[in-house]
Parts: sequence; structure tokens; C-alpha cells
Amino acid sequence: MLVMKEKLDIILSSFSGEGRELIPVLQKIQEEMGYLSPEAMLYAAEFLKIPPSNVFGVASFYEQFRFSPVGKKIVMVCQGTACHVKGAEKVMNEISRHIGIKEGQTREDMEYTLKGVACIGCCALAPCITINDDVHGRLTPKLIEKLFIKKPVNKKTNE
Amino acid sequence: MSDVNIIIDGIEFKTEAGKTILDAALENNIYIPNLCHHPELLPTGTCRMCLVEVEGISSVVVACKTIVRQGMSVLTESPLINSTRRATLELMHVNHKQDCTNCKKNGICKLQEVTAFVGVNENRLKLLRKTKPHVPPDNSNPFFNLEYDKCILCGICIRTCNEIQGVDALQFAYRGYHTIVSPFLNQTIKDSVCESCGECVVRCPVGALVPKLTSIPSREVSSVCPYCGVGCGILLGVRGDKITNVTGIKESPVNKGRLCVKGRYGYEWVNHSERLKKPLIKKGENFVESSWDEALTLIAKKLSKYKGESFATFSSAKCTNEDNYIIQKFTRAGMLTNNIDHCARLCHAPSVAGLAQSFGSGAMTNTIDELGKAGCIFAIGTNTTESHPVIALEVKSAKKNGSKIIVANPREIDLCKFADIWLQHKPGTDVPLLMGICKAIINNRLEDKEFINSRCEGYSEFKETLKEYDLKNVERITGVPAGKINEAAKVYASMGPSSIIYAMGITQHTHGTDNVLAISNLAMLTGNIGKKSSGVNPLRGQNNVQGACDMGALPNFFPGYQKVSEENVIKKFENAWECKLNNKTGITLTEIISAIDKKKVKALYLVGENSLLSEPDANHVKEALKKLEFFVAQDVFLSETACLADVVLPAASFAEKDGTFTNTERRIQRVRKALNPVGESKPDWLITCMIAQKMGVKGFEFSGAKEIFDEISKLTPSYKGVTYERIDKTGLQWPVYDKTHKGTPVLHKEKFLTSNGLGRFAKLNYRPPAETPDKEYPLLLTTERSLYHYHTGTMSRRVDGLNVLNREELVEINPIDAEKYSMKDGDKVSVESRRGRINAVIKTTKKCPKGVISMSFHFFESPTNVITNPAIDPVAKIPELKVAAVRIKKI
Ligand code: SF4
Ligand code: SF4
Ligand code: SF4
Ligand code: FES
Ligand code: FES
Repeated sequence: MLVMKEKLDIILSSFSGEGRELIPVLQKIQEEMGYLSPEAMLYAAEFLKIPPSNVFGVASFYEQFRFSPVGKKIVMVCQGTACHVKGAEKVMNEISRHIGIKEGQTREDMEYTLKGVACIGCCALAPCITINDDVHGRLTPKLIEKLFIKKPVNKKTNE
Repeated sequence: MSDVNIIIDGIEFKTEAGKTILDAALENNIYIPNLCHHPELLPTGTCRMCLVEVEGISSVVVACKTIVRQGMSVLTESPLINSTRRATLELMHVNHKQDCTNCKKNGICKLQEVTAFVGVNENRLKLLRKTKPHVPPDNSNPFFNLEYDKCILCGICIRTCNEIQGVDALQFAYRGYHTIVSPFLNQTIKDSVCESCGECVVRCPVGALVPKLTSIPSREVSSVCPYCGVGCGILLGVRGDKITNVTGIKESPVNKGRLCVKGRYGYEWVNHSERLKKPLIKKGENFVESSWDEALTLIAKKLSKYKGESFATFSSAKCTNEDNYIIQKFTRAGMLTNNIDHCARLCHAPSVAGLAQSFGSGAMTNTIDELGKAGCIFAIGTNTTESHPVIALEVKSAKKNGSKIIVANPREIDLCKFADIWLQHKPGTDVPLLMGICKAIINNRLEDKEFINSRCEGYSEFKETLKEYDLKNVERITGVPAGKINEAAKVYASMGPSSIIYAMGITQHTHGTDNVLAISNLAMLTGNIGKKSSGVNPLRGQNNVQGACDMGALPNFFPGYQKVSEENVIKKFENAWECKLNNKTGITLTEIISAIDKKKVKALYLVGENSLLSEPDANHVKEALKKLEFFVAQDVFLSETACLADVVLPAASFAEKDGTFTNTERRIQRVRKALNPVGESKPDWLITCMIAQKMGVKGFEFSGAKEIFDEISKLTPSYKGVTYERIDKTGLQWPVYDKTHKGTPVLHKEKFLTSNGLGRFAKLNYRPPAETPDKEYPLLLTTERSLYHYHTGTMSRRVDGLNVLNREELVEINPIDAEKYSMKDGDKVSVESRRGRINAVIKTTKKCPKGVISMSFHFFESPTNVITNPAIDPVAKIPELKVAAVRIKKI
């Protein structure tokens, strides 16, 4: 808890604590911490002197904000029409098998988050996915295996 | 403000400049449909129902947000307006659960009202598709539900919670069709910061926010809330022999319709099955029901043996003025002793003593309403939000109006959120803090010389003693940085009118009287007394603690603070009551307990108090009470203390009798009988009169409360001009000198009530608390109250919903201390002092400073007062309930 507070202190040190900074503050927190935790939102509320209910109201209004942690690599599997025709479902299943989580989940070691999304605008490359900012197209099971080298889950990370 | 002329639908009106079109129209009885408008809230213009056309402006405008201008011509209907309104309304309907016949708002729903006026087309409705997804209702709060499928997103609840309640529990969340009203994180309302006041429920225009219990009353009786000293005006809704609901009275100058959770929802106890219905006599170990005659005969026979100093009475601040008057009259005229006291000893005895010394009268100097208009409010030793919720609303509204708020409290209480300056002083260091502020005021040359010279005495001696309190020294003792003290001093002295409010955090100390004197010093120094919104305001705890003091339920005073030791006073009452009276000042509540322990007092008459939970060092109290030869208790429930009695008499509740309560701002208000007393219970005054008559004491042949009140006003100068007729609607604030006098909202206007009319400065020395933490008992225990319970919980613990909101004693502790002891939320711990040990559950919170833990005393399972310190203030004899040294251990 204390560690979290210190981290947020540093993250918000460039802001002056005025209400109108709410959105940039939330963006900065998400950028640094990956998502908006309840503690972080309460902290922002106190810092900006805004009721927590308002902070949540605003945060939940915008698509860009996340309320749960995501993995280091966010894998988005396109499910648009073109990709669908070219076997998006298989791609999803294959990736899921490789990294060991289902659609919508985040792996316990915080390595991966797997999501299905609508057309990502690279239909010519269907079926395609993105990993963070990189697009990978014309996927085959071989390519998928290359992209996701199976790592044994390190038991110690869970301690 | 000036007037403007406007034309609505061709008719000309005069209206005040600055009004909105909607207000101007409604005032002149022209209906414009509206849903998101509420007269007490700022307009937002979200529902689009109030569209109107203004000549000269091309598009339509929302009437609820558009301000009238001179010569403006408004059309409330046109083809364009009608079709837009209808389309918007139809969209609302397709998304609204069609459930009118079943709905609790059927008949009072604003959506129905607007629909009837605007009209919707059934066929088109069938063509429209529902766009909002179904969201399951939030039924988590014990008193009300939120049914999302009926919510029209008007935002009234959100604005109420922000503007009126200052809690901000709710806000719109999510987007588009998914938009809902939601607490932080979409928590349930029960888990959110909601205080369950129900203000939003009262204002929701549709059936979205509705109380859980909603049987419609067959009649309403106006009365006063029985919980705290604020004394909110309430309407008791009654159906048959049950209370169905409670509504705040809008016209009441005290609460203006607002209520807190206890006042609005905490009435179940009145009809609770555990109410005492028959007298009980202890035979062997057990109580046996008896007839009134048997009980009274026994009491009369026994009590006759203890006339004089071996008898004592504990009266009750929960009872009416009439009850208290009769009880003290019986003690004095019937039992020939002045040994009578009540729980004011445990709360505001230092205020009565201290303020009487400085100003000549120990009560709030101003009205509650004036607080909202103060330039600066200094709240010291009061957790107003929890203990005096509706007064806290005035503080919050003052803040909204731009006034400065200074809070002095060791704990980070709710009001700190609204404070411009928070002085976090160490518990028990109020005197140096206040003297430090005085010192800083003089350093800054901000004292009111004119006021000091013309209205006060003892200034130079007082100024002399300030030498000891240089700010560095004060900082060392109190832990508050000198700069902050200086800042607070400047704000208090220069932002007037300044009002001080304080409560138990000031009084429940061995130096409680000194604390009060220090407050008086500060007020006089800056001339902040005797004016509107400017004064010293002790917030009284119990609903009628002011009245019980006024009525002379005190060992040294007859009604109206007339001293029992004064010859002419004794004469006056001997003549009036036609009997001989004892002129020896009686002993106080704390002294009575020790006298019982020493077997000097052998018989006790206890009315409506629960001493085992409210007195410090409760184990000792219990041992003492067991030594009584004869003990009569009179109460609505069989309290923990009443269990020790020989005879228990069933008393009627506030809802079952007539009378008056005097609230914290000295307002004498009418309490009315709404129900017949349950079982064979009777009003307290009547019971006492029956005992007196059985004993053959004269002067107790009253036919009703009104007749008693007439006797009170005859003998009590400050109540002289008060009659039931005059306070039928709105109460009057004492002193009311005669039948035409309008009462006294502000005390000490021209002169003080002291013998020479001058306010008296006091010289003060700092004395640390009687017990401070040490090696053996390293933590400091302070006591608190919860919003959801009252006093020892006799009433509030019998309201299921209040128990849901706060079900057990929580020991609040700073996270750092908790870590030190390896404790976490929910751990069971024992808390031990030199006097005893109790168990409770840990709650960590930054609100508690390091080294301090805090508990309430509402729970008989965790009787905090087993461990508090009975060391008393030498003047007011109040025990030090706010500071005790303790240690905690996991169990
Ligand atoms: S009940 Fe009171 S505190 Fe709770 S949401 Fe409604 S207005 Fe706010
Ligand atoms: S719950 Fe009631 S008051 Fe609140 S937005 Fe919905 S309809 Fe309006
Ligand atoms: S503030 Fe006090 S008097 Fe008013 S409703 Fe609440 S408990 Fe009753
Ligand atoms: S459908 Fe997959 S990128 Fe367009
Ligand atoms: S009442 Fe004017 S917009 Fe709702």
C-alpha cells in the first residue's frame, strides 16, 4: 500500500492537482501502471480534490481506460469479416493453446493478455493479429508457434 | 432584486430578475413539463422536457436553464416543441420498465404526470426498440432500492448527494445506452460512501429510488426526532398502531425538511416486540410481571424510607421537558433531596459551567440556520457529520457559500474534506492550541479592542498568561506547526462573522471546563459573539439534553438555572409547590455512583438511562449498583442497567406522548402523541406523578402535559412567554420573556447574562490528560460516535437496517500501528486499560493518527466504557471519556 502511494507520488509529480487534469492524470497512471486500480483512482481523486464517484464516472465513460491489469504483451486477434472467413477462430484457439489462457484473460505471470477485436484494417493480410503495436498477418500454425514460444510457467513468480 | 416583465403564452407577468423561465412560469401557475428540475437543486437541462420557444431566438431553449430577460416573450407550446417533447418522452418510455400498477410511485410519479400532459403514441412506442440493456436492481441498502430499469437519468439523485448532502456517493458512469447512476467502481450502494440519508430517495421523480417500506400512512403527526440534539422536525406517518414512515418537515427552521439516516429510517424500535408492556418486580433472581397497583404500592412503601440524602434520581435527556420537570419536582418536593442529575454530566457539564462563567449562560449562542451564513466556522472537538448530521449540512452549505472552514481534530474526520485548514492536534491539548491561536491573533493585532474594552473584563490578566503560549512552545505540545496556527488565527479573526462549534471532543476531559473557557476567550478576543452567525455553539448530544438541564434535572439548579442554594429561590419554589425544600446542593451523577458504592445513597430512581454502557469504568458502576437497597428503573426497554433493578416500570416512547423537547439551539418544540402507548406503558411524567400520589405528595394532580407546561412557564423565567399555542407550528428559542416576545435567536447581543453584564476572560494553565500512554499501556484510546447508532444503542440497535449498516464495534487504528502489531482488518483484538478489558474487531484507517485508537460505545457486546477513565474535571465533574491509556492484543 505504501509502496503504491510512493509510486503514484512520482507518477503525478508533474501535475498541479487541479480538477481539470483528471483525464491526463488517468492516462498517465494507466501508462505507468498498465491499468486503473481502485487505489490509484482513489489517489487521483484525493490529489485532484474530486469525489471518487466522479473519477470513476469519467474513467468508465472512455473506452481507453482499463480497470483490470493487462499483460506485458496484449494480443488482439482480429475477428472482422475477412479474418473470420480466413479462420480467425482457429487462430484464436491456437494462440490460446500456446499461451495457456482464454480470450479476455491475462496470464498469471502478467506476460500476456488475449483479446478478440473487430477489424483492425489489414484485411489483405487476413488472418491477422496484433501484439502490442506490431501487426502479424497471414498467420499459419507454424508462424503462431514461432511467435509464441511456449515458456514453462515459472512457479516462483507466484510467490 | 429588481423585477422584469415577461410574456408567457401571451399573458404578461412580473417576475424577479435572475429567475429561470421555468420558475417564473411555475410560480404563476403555468405548467411546463419538466423531469430533471428540482426547486432545491441547480438546473442541468438534461431531460429536454421543458423546451420552450423564445421570440427572437431561432431555436428552442430549455426553460429550466434560461434566465428571464425584460420583455421576453415565451411560448410553452408549438408544433415543434410538442413533437420534440413527444419524441424524447417516447424514447424514455421504451427504456422504462412498464410497471405502473405495481410501482411504489404510482400516482406521484413525475414521468406519469409529464406523460399525461405531453401524450405518447402507443403505436409508435411499439415500433421503437428498447435500447438500454437490463441492469439488475441494487437492493443492497437496508432502507431503499435502486431499480435501474426505471431510472430516467435525470441526475437529481446525483445533484442531491452533491449539493445537499455533500457526500458525492453517486455519479453517472459508463456511456451511451450503458449509462447508469453509480457509486465509485460500480460498488453496491451499501458498500459505497453513501450515508443512507435518503435525501435522494425523497427527490427521485420516478420509481427508481424507492424506500423498502412503503405502506402509505393513513394520518401524519408532526413531532420532533427522538435521536440527537439537532431536533429535526418530523412528520410521523401512522397507519393503525404502527409508524409507517418519517418525513422531514420542510417548514421547520431547524432541518428545512432534511433528515439523517436515524431520523428518517430509525423508527422501528417504537413498535419493537421487546418494548416493556407491564411493570416488572424482581422476585428472587427473576422479574415477574405485576399490576401497576402492586408495583406502585411497593415503590411508595419502600421509597418513603429513603427520603433525604440517601435517595438519588437519574433523570433522562431522552424524556420531554414535562417529564423532567415532574421528575425533579418529585425528587425535590417528594424525596426532599437535590440528588438529581442526568447524562448531561457526561457530555456538556463543562459547557454549562464554563460558558456560565464567561457569558452567564451555557447554551448555543446562535441558531443552526445562521451557521450556513457564517464567514468562518471553526469546528473543534466535534465530528459533526457523525454526531449532528443535519448541522454538518449547514457547515457544508457554508463552505459552498464561500465561507472558510477550520477543523481542529486529532482524527481525520469527514469535515476535514471541507476544511480550508485542518489542525491535527494531539488529543487533550486543546487549551494550548486555543491559547496559541489567541496569542497569534494578538501578534497579528487582530483583536477587537473596542469589543474587549466595552463588553469584557479580565483582559489584561488573560493577556499576561498568554506569555507562556508562544507558538513554538504550542507547536511542541500540540504537534501543530506554528505556521498553521497562525494561519488559522488570521482566518478566524478576519473572515468573520465567525462561529465556533464544538462537542464532546472539548468537554470530555479532566480539563473540559478549561477547554470551554479557552473557547470563550477566543470568541471574546475577536468580538465574535452576540451577533448573527457569530458565537460559541456547544452542540448538545441527546434530543432533549438542553431541556433536561433547563428543567433542573441537575443537583444545583431548579428549572431555569435558579440556584438551589439561594434563599429567595428556595422561597419561590416552596411557595409554588406548597412544601418545605432542601437547600443543600445535591451530588452529581459521578458522585452519586460513588455514594452508592459507599452505601450513602441507598435508593435510586433511574429514568431512561443506561448507565452501564454510558458511564466510565462500567464494571465499577455495576458493582456499585448491586449494593443498592432499592432500585427503581423506568424505561421503554429492559436496558442492561434496568436488569439490576428491583422494580422496572414500562415507559411510553416519544411517539406515544405529548410534550416538548428543547433542541441544541434552545428551541422549544412540540412533541405529539401519534400512537397509544404500547401495552400498559405510560408517559414518564404520569408514572412519576402516580408514584408521588401513592406516597401522598401534593402537587402532582396533572391532567396532561399541557398543564405541566403551564406550571413550567410560570416558574421558569426563560420559558415564561412560551405556551403550547405559540409553539404549535414552529418552536421558540429561549429566553422568551413574555407572551408577545419572539424569542432569542442570538444570545448576548447587547450585554452578557453575567451578573454585571460583562464577558469574563479566563486565565488558563495547561494540564495534560489524567492518563497518558506509557510503556505498559502505549496507545491512547479516544471515543467516538457512529452515524448509524445512538448513545448506548437502546433504540438504534433495535432497528435492523441500522445494524446492517454498522453491526459491531470497530477499533479504528492507523495502518502503521496495525502493521507494528501485525494486525489487519477484521482481526479480533482485546483492548485493555488499567480498569478492564473488552474485545472488538480491528479496522485500519489513516483517519486515526499514529498512537491513537478510537472506539464508540453503542455496543453492549463491546462495552467501551469498561476501560475508559473515570478521572473527572474538578469543576464540572465530567469524566475523561476522550483519553485513556490502553494496550491491544490479537485474540
Ligand atoms: S442516501 Fe444520501 S448519501 Fe446516500 S446516495 Fe442518497 S443522498 Fe447520497
Ligand atoms: S435514480 Fe431517480 S433521481 Fe436518480 S437519475 Fe434515476 S430517475 Fe433520476
Ligand atoms: S440530525 Fe439528529 S435530530 Fe436530525 S434526524 Fe438526525 S438524529 Fe434526528
Ligand atoms: S477483418 Fe481482420 S483485419 Fe479486417
Ligand atoms: S426540466 Fe428542463 S431540461 Fe429537464
